[in-house]
Amino acid sequence: MLKIENVTKVFNAGTVNEKVALNGLSLHLNEGDFCTVIGGNGAGKSTMLNAIAGVWGVDEGNIIIDGQDVTKLPEFKRASFLGRVFQDPMMGTAPTMQIVENLALAARRGKKRTLRPSISKAEIEEFRDKLAMLDLGLENRMTTKVGLLSGGQRQAITLLMASLRQPKVLLLDEHTAALDPKTAAKVLELSDRIVEDNNLTTLMVTHNMRDAIAHGNRLIMLNNGRVVLDIAGEDKKKLTVSDLLQRFSVASGEEFVNDRALLG
Amino acid sequence: MGFFGSLINAMPGAVGQGIIWGIMAIGVYITFRVLDIADLTVDGSLCTGGAVCVIMTLSGAPMWLALLVAVIAGMAAGLATGLFQTVCGIPAILAGILTQLGLYSVNLRIMGIGTGGGKANLPISVDKYNLLVSSRYLTSVGIRNPLVALTIITAVLIVVIYWFFGREIGCAMRATGSNPNMSRAQGINTDLMKVLGLMFSNGLVAFSGALLAQYQGFSDVNMGRGAIVIGLAAVIIGEVIFEKIFRNFALKLMACVFGAIIYYIVIQIVLRLGLSTDDLKLLTALVVALFLSVPYWKKRHFSKSKKGGAANA
Repeated sequence: MLKIENVTKVFNAGTVNEKVALNGLSLHLNEGDFCTVIGGNGAGKSTMLNAIAGVWGVDEGNIIIDGQDVTKLPEFKRASFLGRVFQDPMMGTAPTMQIVENLALAARRGKKRTLRPSISKAEIEEFRDKLAMLDLGLENRMTTKVGLLSGGQRQAITLLMASLRQPKVLLLDEHTAALDPKTAAKVLELSDRIVEDNNLTTLMVTHNMRDAIAHGNRLIMLNNGRVVLDIAGEDKKKLTVSDLLQRFSVASGEEFVNDRALLG
Repeated sequence: MGFFGSLINAMPGAVGQGIIWGIMAIGVYITFRVLDIADLTVDGSLCTGGAVCVIMTLSGAPMWLALLVAVIAGMAAGLATGLFQTVCGIPAILAGILTQLGLYSVNLRIMGIGTGGGKANLPISVDKYNLLVSSRYLTSVGIRNPLVALTIITAVLIVVIYWFFGREIGCAMRATGSNPNMSRAQGINTDLMKVLGLMFSNGLVAFSGALLAQYQGFSDVNMGRGAIVIGLAAVIIGEVIFEKIFRNFALKLMACVFGAIIYYIVIQIVLRLGLSTDDLKLLTALVVALFLSVPYWKKRHFSKSKKGGAANA
């Protein structure tokens, strides 16, 4: 479903701040894979997701989604293949617009926008049902401006928006990192449900090793801009945090450095 | 005649001017509030509208055609600014200033069509030409009174703009101003939306300039100087006075027009209180600066309980 082939991205090339963020990264995801992504500080986790989403162009390599080479497509065109939830709860929604308006925008991802009404009556009912499934009482506040909602509520809405039109790949970029533990657990549970219900191919970056182990059918670890560990199936089910740390140091020849991952 | 007598006599003029600048303010609202861009193109495109309308009318074109071409000229100015921003990556404020500066020459050229050299001022007489609005008939009763036409035009414009922003494209434009990252993630071409918004806005501003030229009986190369500030003044006065009661988008557009009318009424009052017309622009600039700072100060000093993005992180 998703093929990343030898992708390289260098920031600030030729300056003292040069940073090789992705270093010949390759990754193949099969349809229905729910892959968690873990790695130390600056390992390239978010950079990989941004490369897939087309936030900027990559220096080398190809990105292929569902058989189509999207390497040269601008961000807004790739959007038709992707559902995205960001680390910052402010980033995934339009704060000055109503909840239903945000959902209606997402329902038209990848479609031509015309002079038809921005929301149809049928959609309002559909959105009410879907919001009710979030179990946050938002179905009674559909015309509330999203800017008035909490971070957790906004992430839940962003998740719903990402799945309104079935994406080829769902990209979750540390989407619970900015939330308090209780809300984070709820949003994670919701993510599981949405991925499962829609059978979505998913990449979930997380800084929490336990979450990375507990969710999904596959786990990859990045280091210095490439995949150093790829664990799937039965192997992943038996995995523990200490296993993971040990296998990381064997694979990379370094100690794992990420305070948040170890403390989280 | 006493102070109040002369003030009341000046009222129709102030209202007429206010409505015309109110249309301009709606254009500013679209960029400043909807798209979140401060667009300085308007200082030039207002005059472009006036110049095109006058030169077309003088050369015998029907009034509706003159207005239409004025709008198209304004949209072209918006297109230029939009391309500066999106294709050339020039910051919004600077892109607007560049277009505005270039338009000064363009406007002189437009007004010089037929006579060779550039003209800074071009009169048009309502006695010789068919004009939609003229301040000459401010005190007459009936449809010749410009206030009638202006009220109808403004009402129609507000309905059309309200309709547009309730459509898929209009919503995409609002999303672009609200959160460009999210918009791109939802497949919206934010660059295209910016360009379209700037064209839309400057088309309205040029239309306002065309009406203003008809109303005052001439176009002048300096007629748009400081227009952005007057437009902002109207937008902000409208917001401050009507924010509690006007929640609907159409009403917010109407608040821009009311804001412009109030602005011109206040100007008439302070002029009659003895302020020199030379000091008007300074006063306007100070008033806008003051009103722009109010929300900032409010946020700094009265929002201790409100949590922002950083508090959640």
